[in-house]
Amino acid sequence: MFIRRAPDLKFSDITPKSLYLRRRQFLQTAAGAAIGAAAAAVVSPFAARVAAQQRQGTGHGAKLSNVKKSPLSTTGEKLTPWDDITSYNNFYEYGPYKEDPKEQAWRLKPRPWTITVEGYAAKKGTFGFDEFIKPYPLEERVYRMRCVEAWSMVIPWVGIPLKDVIAAYQPTSQAKYVEFVTAFNPAQMPGETTRMLPWPYVEGLRMDEAMNPLAILAVGLYEEELPNQDGAPIRLVVPWKYGFKGIKSIAKIRFVDYQPKNTWQVMASNEYGFFANVNPNVDHPRWSQASERRIGEFFRRKTLPFNGYADQVASMYAGMDPKKLY
Amino acid sequence: MKRIVLLKRVIFAAALIPAAVLIYDAVQGDLTANPIEFITHTTGDWAIRFLVITLAVTPIRRITGWNPIIQLRRMLGLFSFFYATLHFLTWFVLDWFFDFRQMAEDIAMRPFITLGMATFLMLLALALTSTQKSIRRLGRKWTQLHRLIYVAMVTALLHFWLARKTVVPQFQVVLVAAVLVLGFRVWWVTRTKVPSRASAVTRGHA
Repeated sequence: MFIRRAPDLKFSDITPKSLYLRRRQFLQTAAGAAIGAAAAAVVSPFAARVAAQQRQGTGHGAKLSNVKKSPLSTTGEKLTPWDDITSYNNFYEYGPYKEDPKEQAWRLKPRPWTITVEGYAAKKGTFGFDEFIKPYPLEERVYRMRCVEAWSMVIPWVGIPLKDVIAAYQPTSQAKYVEFVTAFNPAQMPGETTRMLPWPYVEGLRMDEAMNPLAILAVGLYEEELPNQDGAPIRLVVPWKYGFKGIKSIAKIRFVDYQPKNTWQVMASNEYGFFANVNPNVDHPRWSQASERRIGEFFRRKTLPFNGYADQVASMYAGMDPKKLY
Repeated sequence: MKRIVLLKRVIFAAALIPAAVLIYDAVQGDLTANPIEFITHTTGDWAIRFLVITLAVTPIRRITGWNPIIQLRRMLGLFSFFYATLHFLTWFVLDWFFDFRQMAEDIAMRPFITLGMATFLMLLALALTSTQKSIRRLGRKWTQLHRLIYVAMVTALLHFWLARKTVVPQFQVVLVAAVLVLGFRVWWVTRTKVPSRASAVTRGHA
């Protein structure tokens, strides 16, 4: 059927000329508003930075007493300043940028804190933080820290020997590896609500690595309690490996018979392995590991095999393919 | 004063803010524990942002029909080049301190450095031929040459993506913006079929 109809538009529907001409003015106003918004976007991060500096929980921790100096400390290195160690962190639970942890880690409540020990061990259970570390004297261990991103620091950790902790829980002969798990608490660790990494963060060591005298569980630095952004209240420090092996804010320790799937290996297995030993001759697929920038220094320095700790650790890897040890 | 002239001056001043903030932070000693990395990331972030902003001019012009905005395009493109140059010099001087052997090795062996270098050379070619004189002298070749900006946008994105351990939010923002401004062109070309070469020339370089 053919319907003949008048056009829908009435004369009154035609946009008045004055309004039509205002379109340009509108666009110019819109452009001005866009520029204003852009300017605000440029300025806002600085305002946020100022606000973040006023937050609590990420500053100096309580002084630790009865800390004895360890003969295993690295000597002859200038210590990286406390400010740098606590403001330049990779801790994706608080965001992907180096300055995020210092700004965001105030959300973490490091006390009360529990650590659960499970798996192939005679002694298991969930322990309060103080109960967990109480049996062991605190030691200061000065270690180099080499990040997989080719920068490094020298940090005076305060910690307890991992080998003593492990011995206390009496792992059985089936325990071949130790798996560590970071706390999963998205309310306090906002990064855990994103899909940046699979959560919670997992790391692991072979039993002999965990029993190496250099491995410690750190609870402080510069004779003070660990600031949240450095992994409060307790974290792993294995100085001959890249920094990402040093799992922070540990909530679980498991004795297992399999090689743990550590988070960065799961994330990109072609770039990060299980062992992650510092090796200047095995490049990261995207950048060289031959040199590093020590925080606070201008010129790069050569990276040392096993981060300079070869004498204490190289024998553990005798006969293994060095390409598999990255 | 014409609005576009005023707008141009305002944007010129605004585009210098990131550089001014960087200088301010340097004077304050507030460039993080790793100043070289911070300067590298900041200048790189602004280079790629201005690249996207430059590519947004034509879509904005087409959508709004406000043609004078085209007068901002060269300046925005040159700001991308400005920050890319600072980014390059940071790598060249601060990061490697003229260690030519290491830099050559990086360019040859590290895809993200190769892509970064290629992007910078493309932007350099575009900046050098951005004068009125070049536009006149090169004629239609100029239009063809300046299509390199699309290639530069893609290589810059790959460079950014490969340079970081994870996909950072700032990359996601730039990626989405780049997809929008490049996608607009694809959509525009397919919806307005070009009837003849002559009209394509008068429409000019997108």
